[in-house]
Amino acid sequence: MMFQRLLSGDTPRSRVLTGLIVGIVLALAFAPFLFPGTRSLDTAARICIFIVLVASYDLLLGYTGIVSFAHTMFFGLGAYGVAIALSNLGGGWGAVLLGTVGGVTLAVGLALVIALFSLRVRAIFFAMVTLAVASAFAILVSQLFHITGGEDGLSYQVPYELSPAFKLVKGKILDVRLDGRLVSYYLMFLSAAGLFLLLLRVVNSPFGRVLQAIRENGFRAEAIGYTTVHYRAIATCLSAGVAALAGVLMALWLRYTGPETTLSLDIMVDILLMVVIGGMGTLYGSILGATLFILAQNYLKEVMDLIAQATVGLPVIPDLFAPERWLLWLGVLFILSVYFFPTGVVGRLRGSPR
Amino acid sequence: MKPAISIPTPFGPWRLSPVPLLVPALMVVALVLVGSPSTWVTLTLAGLAMGMMIFIMASGLTLVFGLMDVLNFGHGAFISLGAFIGVTIMTALSPWMDSLSLAANLGAIGLGALVAMVVAGGFGYLFERTIIRPVYGDHLKQILITMGGMIVVEQVIYVFWGPDAIPIPRPDSLKGAFAFGDVVLEKYRVLAVVVGLVIFAAMSLTLKRTKIGLLVRAGVENGEMVETLGYRIGALFIAVFVVGSALAGLGGVMWGLYQEVITAPMGMSVMILIFIVVIIGGLGSVEGCFLGALLVGLMNNYAAYLAPKVALGSSILLMVAILMWRPEGLLPAAKGR
Repeated sequence: MMFQRLLSGDTPRSRVLTGLIVGIVLALAFAPFLFPGTRSLDTAARICIFIVLVASYDLLLGYTGIVSFAHTMFFGLGAYGVAIALSNLGGGWGAVLLGTVGGVTLAVGLALVIALFSLRVRAIFFAMVTLAVASAFAILVSQLFHITGGEDGLSYQVPYELSPAFKLVKGKILDVRLDGRLVSYYLMFLSAAGLFLLLLRVVNSPFGRVLQAIRENGFRAEAIGYTTVHYRAIATCLSAGVAALAGVLMALWLRYTGPETTLSLDIMVDILLMVVIGGMGTLYGSILGATLFILAQNYLKEVMDLIAQATVGLPVIPDLFAPERWLLWLGVLFILSVYFFPTGVVGRLRGSPR
Repeated sequence: MKPAISIPTPFGPWRLSPVPLLVPALMVVALVLVGSPSTWVTLTLAGLAMGMMIFIMASGLTLVFGLMDVLNFGHGAFISLGAFIGVTIMTALSPWMDSLSLAANLGAIGLGALVAMVVAGGFGYLFERTIIRPVYGDHLKQILITMGGMIVVEQVIYVFWGPDAIPIPRPDSLKGAFAFGDVVLEKYRVLAVVVGLVIFAAMSLTLKRTKIGLLVRAGVENGEMVETLGYRIGALFIAVFVVGSALAGLGGVMWGLYQEVITAPMGMSVMILIFIVVIIGGLGSVEGCFLGALLVGLMNNYAAYLAPKVALGSSILLMVAILMWRPEGLLPAAKGR
């Protein structure tokens, strides 16, 4: 029953889905021991961070039915907050705290302003306004290079406890050194788990139910007596705040923050794909979506490379399958999944008899 | 909300409002801020040229929204596609492009633009049938699907034309400028303004003086009623969509020649300005779109001169200011919601 409470009473409700999620969570929890090596640890940490980012986006897209293109901006605000604090004040926990508070506050404030502006008028303005504001923000960041490092981004020291030089305990467990990298990974994992459970709590609260009501029929929700603008604005702010926290995690993990890793439109597209593939309107979808997508990102490119090499000599086809064109196939997949599986992997699994 | 009774006159009821005066007002304010009249003329021409090109690209989007409540995030795909097709044609006609005669140059550009419009229009038809048709009436899916379509088109352009930006120098007769004393008028910008005005005039005449235009305006006002009266609004909508896509293709060619380089993501980056314009103008309104485009074009060029770092920010500030004044945009034409 404690487990039920931890999940806010929202269990996966499908045996296969439960199996998959437990599998992913266990794999992530023991990733440093199961998949040794820097690259796989990096992949695991990325999955943790993206689960939070995608889940926070799903709060907007899947639960409230608002399309935002500024999610990477909020992500970037968190990351740049920490990055700027760490590179100017040196690698201490004080700087991390200051950067986090600054970044998150700015993200929530900006989200509130955008939300009040565009949602007050028409909800569909929101998609267009966020796209405009986010691109202006990306340009601003590259222009303010003396603060943000411009296109090159910022590299900085993280607190000593998170750096590879730090030794938690002398010696190894299962051939894995207990160093700062491990501490850092578990910081990512536990923060991600905590934020995910928090979001699960939010969407299963009375507040979350109102959001779903707004998604299903905003006019009716308004008629019942809920001020939908307020609910939409709060959801936007909440989602922006969590995205900024995910940005903080990203900044701490990579020890580098730049436009490519946080702000680019490609990341926004990735997030959209993860939400849709995993399943809109279920937070569990973010776990599946992020994991599948990030694994596919590596795997798909290799498959495409094979096809491209097998078809050398034929017209056009090798170009269509060149590894750099993987976004093409993801785009096609995206369109098909919006048509045929609007509820994503999770919806499919839940739809089948339990 | 609109008043229950509004009587459309041939010139539209908006002639009486202060809205159209915004453009001259912005020009006057800029004249004071810029100081030098000759610089101001150059900037104003640049702003008007940019505004006209944005209008050409944005008008289709706003009408499509007004008629069928379809928000097409993939509109930028037609812009990129048009630009690449146009440039391919112009490269094929390089003897005409390289010749010194204005007629040959214009012929090559005109032919390129024409083919670009035909291809973009045809592609628009396919896009509407395959991508948008299944998601009528669902904004969320429309935004997602059209965004996906945009990504796919962008990648397909990479496949056929390669990942590099393609430089497209303007032909000799359109390089340089007319000079009257201090005042310098760049030739290509004059051409862009002329083309923009012609298209705006043609569009206004079609919308205000023809049966089809009447139906389109009525459809924007109340589509169900038009359908009830026995007109097939679906067919009308496709026609508008195709014309809008063709205009986006034309705009892409013009924008490419203006920047003298084309890239696959150019459609997406122009879309940001287009969205601002469409929001400022009021979704569904062609006149509003025209005014919005001119305002954004002028604002961008004045800001780029006065404070270079905030050029794109200035359009967003303009949008915020206008939404504070008129939350539905300057001249909203679409249904209540």
